[in-house]
Amino acid sequence: MVRRLAIPFGKEQGATLMVWLVALGITVLFLWLLSDVIWQGGQAINGAFLTQAPIKAGLEGGIAPILVSTGLVLGVCMGVSLPLGLGTALFLTEFSPQRSHQAIRLSLDILAGVPSIVFGLFGNAFFSKVLGLGFSILSGGLTLACMVLPILIRSIQVGLVNVPHEYRQAAAALGLSRLGTLKTLILPAALPGIAVGILLGIGRAIAETAALIFTSGYVDRMPTSLLDSGRVLSIHIFDLAMNIPGGEQNAYGTALVLVILLIVINTLVSWFAERFRQSKLQIL
Amino acid sequence: MTSPTLSPPSFTADHHQPPSVRVENLSLRYGRKMAFANVDAQFRAGQITALIGPSGCGKTSFLSCLNRLHELTPKAQLSGQVYLNNCDTATIPLTPLRRQVGMLFQKPNPFPLSIYRNLAFPLKEHGICDRTLIHHIIETTLTDVGLWAEVKNRLKAPALSLSGGQQQRLCLARALALKPRVLLMDEPCSALDPLSSEVIEDLILRLKGTYTILIVTHNLGQASRIADDVAFFWVQHDVGQLVEFGPAKDIFAHPKDPLTAAYVSGRRG
Ligand SMILES: Nc1ncnc2c1ncn2[C@@H]1O[C@H](COP(=O)(O)OP(=O)(O)OP(=O)(O)O)[C@@H](O)[C@H]1O
Ligand SMILES: [Mg+2]
Repeated sequence: MVRRLAIPFGKEQGATLMVWLVALGITVLFLWLLSDVIWQGGQAINGAFLTQAPIKAGLEGGIAPILVSTGLVLGVCMGVSLPLGLGTALFLTEFSPQRSHQAIRLSLDILAGVPSIVFGLFGNAFFSKVLGLGFSILSGGLTLACMVLPILIRSIQVGLVNVPHEYRQAAAALGLSRLGTLKTLILPAALPGIAVGILLGIGRAIAETAALIFTSGYVDRMPTSLLDSGRVLSIHIFDLAMNIPGGEQNAYGTALVLVILLIVINTLVSWFAERFRQSKLQIL
Repeated sequence: MTSPTLSPPSFTADHHQPPSVRVENLSLRYGRKMAFANVDAQFRAGQITALIGPSGCGKTSFLSCLNRLHELTPKAQLSGQVYLNNCDTATIPLTPLRRQVGMLFQKPNPFPLSIYRNLAFPLKEHGICDRTLIHHIIETTLTDVGLWAEVKNRLKAPALSLSGGQQQRLCLARALALKPRVLLMDEPCSALDPLSSEVIEDLILRLKGTYTILIVTHNLGQASRIADDVAFFWVQHDVGQLVEFGPAKDIFAHPKDPLTAAYVSGRRG
């Protein structure tokens, strides 16, 4: 790259330089953000921070119940949205007539763009009030599931559509059942796409604040059931940073935990998806 | 490249007689576009029929109607009838129909599974679950296509690690393992080097009599070497037509239609 810059400038080199600069800028921005969080948050994190309950609204103590609530909300969200999303995507790509797709795709894209606060209000009205779940981890998780579903469906759909047509053709010509083909060939081949969908979904769910304020609530006690209210990491960060004077330190600490959690989940999901695909398929 | 050992093919055992394939007034359209229209023909049982003609005249489309593979294309609309012996294929459920009518594609398309599973997976799907039986079928069909000696020590290796010619023979074995009675081949040698295509060509000749074979080819030499009958397609008014159909030697030596004469002598197409 350095050598290239030394060459007298042509159009080609100018464009290359621009691209490199943009890439560099984004990397720097990301590293700056990350190092800021690590620098400031690293001082807050220790064993006690992860295992203790918050004291004085989080000014002291740790985030143990908040971690648990986050896990539960995320679990409810993915547990509900993943089977629904996979089923819908499979139905759309493999079983339904092509004609209905345009309308469904359009509504999914619109839904994916709806601000999360709207989902929050809907969740509050429907899950909390109509279904009587109140402020609870369950209504929070279900609201997030609605929010994540469009993203999940669209990315799983892309993964399925990208599976080479020859597999289906070859399987059909051998008279193989659609279900068998799906299980043995299509799903494993679509797995990387499905993993991307799951990651996008988790990413959106774990960072969500607005939708959860109205549904799973603020309570920072250790939840004892899914019907308890529970505070998630992002809300804790928001509360510490905005409402508690002197809470920045622990807000950064919590943010660092959130970032680490995201990285860990990312790595795990990608790794499992790739392992599973390789154990099922032998692609060179 | 070793040519397959010429032992008597094992697939002749416990095999029914191959059926004749008859089409009546067959037409296929993709939306507004007519691929071919009004084809009437009877393909003789156990014989090799070559389908020849210029690009885009509907040969692939025609083949895909015989095992109803055109149904994978949502906008494809078929009219007319296809009969196996005297049984209308529209009345046969897809699974048994496609088991009886095997197909080989232009581009070798093994599954991204191991060599072994490429054959075992379809067998299991068709309800053959006995492991020793599966193994027996795999060994005999791979032997029939002359692949056994080459792969017997690496059955667990990815099928995609085979050469193009080997992959095509694997696909042929995959089709044969299901004991079809008709074989459709869409330019099975066109993606292969001359040696590999010679191997496939020899295989096809050995399959004659046991299967009713329809093979699309752009290679007129190949058609004259292996075919008993030849069907010549041509595009007229943007629609594929069956222009002439008859014994290979007549088509090549005394074509009745001037278009056929021009095409087989290499003047057009
Ligand atoms: N899926 C499809 N959708 C729309 N039109 C199609 C489709 N498949 C084929 N056609 C059209 O139908 C006509 C016949 O195509 P087909 O592939 O059967 O020709 P072919 O004789 O096999 O040609 P080639 O020798 O190049 O393989 C062509 O005009 C093609 O454009
Ligand atoms: Mg073709």
